[in-house]
Amino acid sequence: MSWTEICAYDSLLPETGVCALVDGVQVAVFRTFDGELHALGNLDPFSGAYVLSRGIVGTRKGEPTVASPLHKQVFSLVTGRCLGDESVSVPTYPVRVNAAGVVEVTLEAPGHEAPAMPGYAPVSLSASRVPASAGG
Amino acid sequence: MNRIVVVGYGPTAHRLVETLTSKGFHGSVTVIGEEPRPAYDRVHLTSYLSGTSADDLTYAVPDGVVTRLNTRVTGIDREARRVTLADGGTEPYDVLVLATGSTPFVPPVPGAEHAFVYRTIEDLDAIRAAAKDAEQGVVVGGGLLGLEAADALRGLGLKTHIVEMSPWLMPRQVDEGGGSVLKSHIEGLGLTVHTGAGVQEIVHDDGEVSGLRKPDGTVIDAQVVVFSAGIRPRDELARQAGLEVGPRGGIVVDSGMRTSDPAIYAVGECALAGGMIYGLVGPCNTMAEVAADRIMGGSATFEGADMSTKLKLLGVEVAQFGAMDGALDVTYMDPVAGVYKKLFISDDARTLLGGICVGDGGPYTALRPFVGKELPASPSDLLFAGAGAALDLPDEAQVCSCNNVCAGDIRTAIADGATEVPAIKACTRAGTTCGSCVPMLKQLLEKSGVEVSKALCEHFAYSRAELFDIVRVRGITTFSELIAQHGQGRGCDICKPAVASILASLHNGHVLEGERAALQDTNDAFLANIQKNGTYSVVPRIPGGEITPEKLIVIGEVARDFGLYTKITGGQRIDLFGARIEQLPEIWRRLVDAGFESGHAYGKALRTVKSCVGSTWCRYGVQDSVGMAIALELRYRGLRSPHKIKSAVSGCARECAEARSKDFGVIATEQGWNLYVGGNGGFKPRHADLLAKDLSTDELIRTIDRFLMFYIRTADRLQRTAAWIESLDGGLDYLREVIMEDSLGICADLDAQMEHHIATYADEWAATLEDPEKLKRFVSFVNAPGVPDPSIVFASERGQIKPVMSR
Repeated sequence: MSWTEICAYDSLLPETGVCALVDGVQVAVFRTFDGELHALGNLDPFSGAYVLSRGIVGTRKGEPTVASPLHKQVFSLVTGRCLGDESVSVPTYPVRVNAAGVVEVTLEAPGHEAPAMPGYAPVSLSASRVPASAGG
Repeated sequence: MNRIVVVGYGPTAHRLVETLTSKGFHGSVTVIGEEPRPAYDRVHLTSYLSGTSADDLTYAVPDGVVTRLNTRVTGIDREARRVTLADGGTEPYDVLVLATGSTPFVPPVPGAEHAFVYRTIEDLDAIRAAAKDAEQGVVVGGGLLGLEAADALRGLGLKTHIVEMSPWLMPRQVDEGGGSVLKSHIEGLGLTVHTGAGVQEIVHDDGEVSGLRKPDGTVIDAQVVVFSAGIRPRDELARQAGLEVGPRGGIVVDSGMRTSDPAIYAVGECALAGGMIYGLVGPCNTMAEVAADRIMGGSATFEGADMSTKLKLLGVEVAQFGAMDGALDVTYMDPVAGVYKKLFISDDARTLLGGICVGDGGPYTALRPFVGKELPASPSDLLFAGAGAALDLPDEAQVCSCNNVCAGDIRTAIADGATEVPAIKACTRAGTTCGSCVPMLKQLLEKSGVEVSKALCEHFAYSRAELFDIVRVRGITTFSELIAQHGQGRGCDICKPAVASILASLHNGHVLEGERAALQDTNDAFLANIQKNGTYSVVPRIPGGEITPEKLIVIGEVARDFGLYTKITGGQRIDLFGARIEQLPEIWRRLVDAGFESGHAYGKALRTVKSCVGSTWCRYGVQDSVGMAIALELRYRGLRSPHKIKSAVSGCARECAEARSKDFGVIATEQGWNLYVGGNGGFKPRHADLLAKDLSTDELIRTIDRFLMFYIRTADRLQRTAAWIESLDGGLDYLREVIMEDSLGICADLDAQMEHHIATYADEWAATLEDPEKLKRFVSFVNAPGVPDPSIVFASERGQIKPVMSR
């Protein structure tokens, strides 16, 4: 699997997203309040605009979500499925933090389950803390 | 039966043709009216003098109905079945409906021809013109319409007298005790009441009125005299045509509203039904509906009507329901508070017969449906304030007398899914005419068990207004703190921006500071307006629409250099479209350097204050509207609110700035400024209502400060000022009490909050440009900061760019 480095984990503000260009594909990467990372396709399937990384992050019945900034459709950050319209979904991509504390994304094996993130333990809300595994 | 001709175009005629069309009547319907406009709302006629336009009062003509305005009918040829018109023409009918209404009664005293009456928009125009050079006015008649007219004269700035023949005011609605409480209320407002007094003559010199002489010889000085002493049915056409009329006037009709000629109906104030003339809107509407039903082959009947009334005249609630006497009566009187309430009950003390209220209409709302029924509680308990709230209404109890809607109808509507008052109004018509039953609708809704959730979203069980108070009172400064202590989960796209707005309204820090950046909609997050292709538009503030050529050139240069689509907005500023995220800081660097600041076009915040050119240049202007618009825009810039706020200032009554389509609009007068609130364009356009008139500049600004802050404190999320005012219990009157009379004692607090906003305002674009941390987010790709988004593609149209979507 080839992983692409995106940015330092610490540069991600909790409960926001950023967009990365990975082999020409726009990937929206989100950091939620609990330190988890999620990666979705940046294309909003309803509007045809590449904007999902700029949506508001939140939860619906405990499930982490992002709302399209254009027409507010809500997508699961875990499965990529649109919560208001089960027939629509966006791709999800594996995302992890490497030993240097850098976020990485790969386009391979996009699944509907959040991938295991070897070497990464969730961190607390404090953005200043380096992930434990990256302390060395 | 397919040609209906209606003579007269007042509210009753309107209800008739509206009922016919809504029930799918297939024939032709022609309405002939002598006034220059279709029917208008006479219940709210007085509001015409305080700024409501004739157009606002006028009802829409139902589709398919032919109208002949400015046209008088001179005769009815019953044999040929046609009416003749003053212009010599004729109009054939199969069914004729007389809805000719009434004329005000003018007693035959010398000089009466120089007095006014109070019935049509033209009457009001004439009174207004005469009041211009007058100091004092007299209204003859202390009944319902007389007090209405007196209120109008007072509103026109006249020292006003009321002359009433009976020993007390409103003799048809209240008894002597109620009349005396009413009188002291009215005298407290500076009016002079002469009861038990008649009219000898109108004193005038060649038509120039100088007073009214009473039979005792004394003269009340007055330059304007208005007769409002009852009505006379207009039955002259019916008389000429040989139809049966009553001994004291009125066209005799049967219970199906049919006259002595089966092809002719009569409805409204001209009809004598069961020996009675009805002058209230409710019974007249019922007559119209009965006639429409009969015309279409139905068998509806008019069996008399409830003459109950509840109204607010000169600031006093007066109500009467059911009978005005009975074997027993129970009276509650508080002369200090100016409250008088009386119930009439049967001799066995079990059945409610009627009641009178002055100064507190509460018992009317609660008890009117119980007339003729067993008393729901002891009479003394029922007369105390608030006592009626817990009563259970029987289904057949009438709630809305204007539209004849019973409690059962309302309950059915609620069960069918009408879970808000506006929905109930829409499907039952209850509360749509005089509005006095709206509190009752609310109670029925509350007691129906329908849980009307006010929760903002699944994360907060509170309404926006409640959250605002929690944040304010607990001194909460972050979303995390609020949701941890008062919510659940982690928030969403509904509650986060709402809380961000509350925090901004209360604390006014930078919207992108720390954790707040994660709460904002993309517009606030990038301080620009997102467009369909993911690019943004840029709107620099141009206060009042005034701009120097130098600044205009800068905008042009920026637009040219960045290749932005350029368009003038409706708010008198310039919108630059097609900017990519990473271009926004560069664009703004140039704009800020040239002295521009954020226009907040992206925020739920004050947008613009439009203006006309005003007295500085315009030959009609009476005040400097541009100066005022700039002052207001600079005062309220950056003020975050539940929804966007728009404003405008017009320099004279011609209203070129379209101020009445704004959340708050200011129109200059010779004496100062009129302030209108609650207007908007958009999906449901609405004219703003007059809140206060002839304010000084200081008064104007103080009133707007409080209006905005009270709105920000108490409105729902995404509720514009119009809907907010409608949702206030007591509407505009209540708003006036809160922000102009300080009835809640919060004005000092509202003022301080606005002062804090003004003192702490800073341009958020200038602040962003100075903060490298905030600027870091302005990239299309976090791993390729210099790379533009390849999905953004433009084509050319009319010499400028336009977005091309990939699919």
